[in-house]
Amino acid sequence: MLRLERRPEASHLMSYASPAIAIVLMLIGGLFLFAFLGKNPIEGFKVFFINPISDLWGVSELLLKATPLMLIAVGLAIGFRANVWNIGAEGQLIVGGIAASAVALYFQESEGAHVLILMIIAGCIGGMLWAAIPAFLKTRFNTNEILVSLMLVYVSQLLVSWLVHGPMMDPDGFNFPQSAMFEDSALLPLLFDDGSRVNLAFVFAIGALLAGYIFMFRSFAGFQMQVAGFAKDAARYAGFSARRMIWIGLLAGGAMAGLAGMAEVSGPMGQITDQISSNYGFAAIIVAFVARLNPVGIFFASLLMALLYLGGEQAQQYMNLPSSISLVFQGMLLLFLLGSDVFINYRLRWNREVTA
Amino acid sequence: MTSESGGSEALRLELQGITKIYPSVIANEDVSLSVKKGEIHAVLGENGAGKSTLMKMIYGVTKPDAGEMKWEGQVVHVENPAHARSLGIGMVFQHFSLFETLNVVENVALGLPGNPDLNQLAEQIIEVSNRYGLPVDPQRLVHALSVGERQRVEIVRCLLQNPKLLIMDEPTSVLTPQAVRKLFDTLRQLAEEGCSILYISHKLDEIQELCHVATVLRDGKVTGDCIPSEETPRSMASLMIGKELPVPEHNAPVELGEARLQLNRLSRKSDDPFGTNLRDIELEVRSGEILGIAGVSGNGQQELLYALSGEELVDDADSIVICGKASGRDNPDRRRVGGLGFVPEERLGRGAVPRMSLTENALLTAHHAGMLKNGMIQFDKIAEFARKCIDGFNVKCGGEEHAANSLSGGNLQKFIMGREILLTPKMLVVAQPTWGVDVGAAAFIRQELIDLRNEGTAILVISEELEELFEISDRIAVIANGRMSPAKNLADTNIDEIGVWMSGMWDQAAPAEEVQTNA
Repeated sequence: MLRLERRPEASHLMSYASPAIAIVLMLIGGLFLFAFLGKNPIEGFKVFFINPISDLWGVSELLLKATPLMLIAVGLAIGFRANVWNIGAEGQLIVGGIAASAVALYFQESEGAHVLILMIIAGCIGGMLWAAIPAFLKTRFNTNEILVSLMLVYVSQLLVSWLVHGPMMDPDGFNFPQSAMFEDSALLPLLFDDGSRVNLAFVFAIGALLAGYIFMFRSFAGFQMQVAGFAKDAARYAGFSARRMIWIGLLAGGAMAGLAGMAEVSGPMGQITDQISSNYGFAAIIVAFVARLNPVGIFFASLLMALLYLGGEQAQQYMNLPSSISLVFQGMLLLFLLGSDVFINYRLRWNREVTA
Repeated sequence: MTSESGGSEALRLELQGITKIYPSVIANEDVSLSVKKGEIHAVLGENGAGKSTLMKMIYGVTKPDAGEMKWEGQVVHVENPAHARSLGIGMVFQHFSLFETLNVVENVALGLPGNPDLNQLAEQIIEVSNRYGLPVDPQRLVHALSVGERQRVEIVRCLLQNPKLLIMDEPTSVLTPQAVRKLFDTLRQLAEEGCSILYISHKLDEIQELCHVATVLRDGKVTGDCIPSEETPRSMASLMIGKELPVPEHNAPVELGEARLQLNRLSRKSDDPFGTNLRDIELEVRSGEILGIAGVSGNGQQELLYALSGEELVDDADSIVICGKASGRDNPDRRRVGGLGFVPEERLGRGAVPRMSLTENALLTAHHAGMLKNGMIQFDKIAEFARKCIDGFNVKCGGEEHAANSLSGGNLQKFIMGREILLTPKMLVVAQPTWGVDVGAAAFIRQELIDLRNEGTAILVISEELEELFEISDRIAVIANGRMSPAKNLADTNIDEIGVWMSGMWDQAAPAEEVQTNA
């Protein structure tokens, strides 16, 4: 009989093999899914995973979608390593986007770099403020940051909806729930002049990954966070402040999510609407875990997740499937990851019958 | 004591060639052992010698890879603990498995098959506990019981099933000397009635007093059988560790220097509802002395240690003075800068991070010693520190890059002790310095403490092993029920007096009955 047995030591190999296994299982699951929906699985696979990146435009779109994922995931990973579970990056992204939009709309008549710089600062601060709420409640009243940060997502969605229907609505916009288009000075410069939409935010994302790497693996503060994640009592014994880690963990995630929100309104959108985020805040959680909370892994996992977004759009266009199919793929990826993660600490053993 | 007290030559349990191999280690290799009816049989060995694995196989928790177990002459394969109990094997574990929020009879009922009638069971408990001198009130909640009483519950739970073999795993580590004597009376009575007892311990004097025969394990193999009453503790120890045991040299007291730790009416209400409140603790430790604190576990040691280390703060800063500085409100890091070193009782998870390398674990407390530059870790310096610690303190390990949880308990303790000592503390607080550490490493650690004291460090040792405290301390005090006795010079006291004090009776004001851990 097959039996699940605890490993004497957690498997190092398995902790890195597990994401790869999860990706393969997701792909196989995808073939079955297409077949089940009455599509040719091979054709579906091609439309979903190959077509989106078969030309340079596609690759540039991939980088564009991966940018917010990289930013948010690296910010979240800093907290996750210390067991600070910020699930509300989606809300922090929205508030960051709102703050940046407020700056853009205030400086509508203004030229010059200061607009963008202020937008970046406002985006980060907006995200941090939203993340500061669960941080304060946790350090002050010991509330659960998972619940508080998650619930604040819905608050932020209502907030942005109210704003674009009211104070921020474009006066000349025929009552559409959206702001006026931003001036050029409030838009992030494009990286290439070949018509692609990749902008300066991608450079920010790469910078954030590098900074995240140095923080996590070279700095003493990152070491303290990791100790707290592995062994809370050891962190207390060493005198590392648990409050400080909660603050750092949540604020890092909030700042990066807020920056991602700024990059959305100031990049591909060019205005603020109530559709500001495409679930990036939640998808980034999956990215962070598939990447084993490692910035190098986050780079690749973000590209994969971006591909799922693009694949969903393609499937909608060419295969008559709803675009929410990319959510199904995200779900499969997370499910298979959690499933194969079991084998980091456990292994299967074939239980021989005892012979007399 | 060497006579066959069971009277019969019938073998109750016979193990032949038992072998158990784990992926990284051979836990037991070709172990053979036989237990007669009514025999108290000691299994003696250092930590990691394979005693616990062997007992777990007898009790059906794990299964041997090779070898044969005979129970009353029949070959058996024990499938699980329930099967073991149905054969008549009972086991009292080192760590109790009781639910604190349930009362005694409910706890006992949980371990029984079916749905026993609680009133009837309570009567049975009273009957068994009277017969064997193990007073237990079936209706009391477990969290209100002292550790000794909890152990009684575990034993009574086993006895209810009329076992033919009782396995006791390190049963005395939590008892006062007086309670140990009571336990021994119970065990002797059981043996006289024909129950066999497997007694696992590393306390040689107890084995000598109690056990008829002893099997000694080393590195998973049987290194010898002996009759304890014909051996000396030293000769058994050398069987156990395979070489002569070094004796720590305890020099005459060195000249005492300034006070390094002063507790001034330290009081603290425990954060844990079942914890012990510290009450008006007065204490002084001076440079060049080792002050030992004895006590039955759960009498405020944990709370005192948390308050001393700074893991829990006290409102009155002046109630803890470390090296002349009022430190009651300082966090552990600030106290360490002020000259405090601290070795906690839990090594994995508190003194060290299990999954991190020894290098990273060195950084845990050594980061003040020039290991950081602009907030960045200087990995070469910290690795050098870790290597110094490994070499200087005989830590057996694969290297400084190996994870803390790959080390044995004794080696990890040497590493943590080494790390704290290398930081040259002025005041060192050590909890249970040799708990679960093999005899060889224990002697080494005690010698290190004595050397450190000779160099002028003030040392506070909290231990539940009286022999250890008497071996290394200059002065000794007792903590009971959150209160601290006056400290006595070692020459002016003895084990019996300290044993009495351990039940809280060092002055007339103290209550005369047995102290409850968690009143």
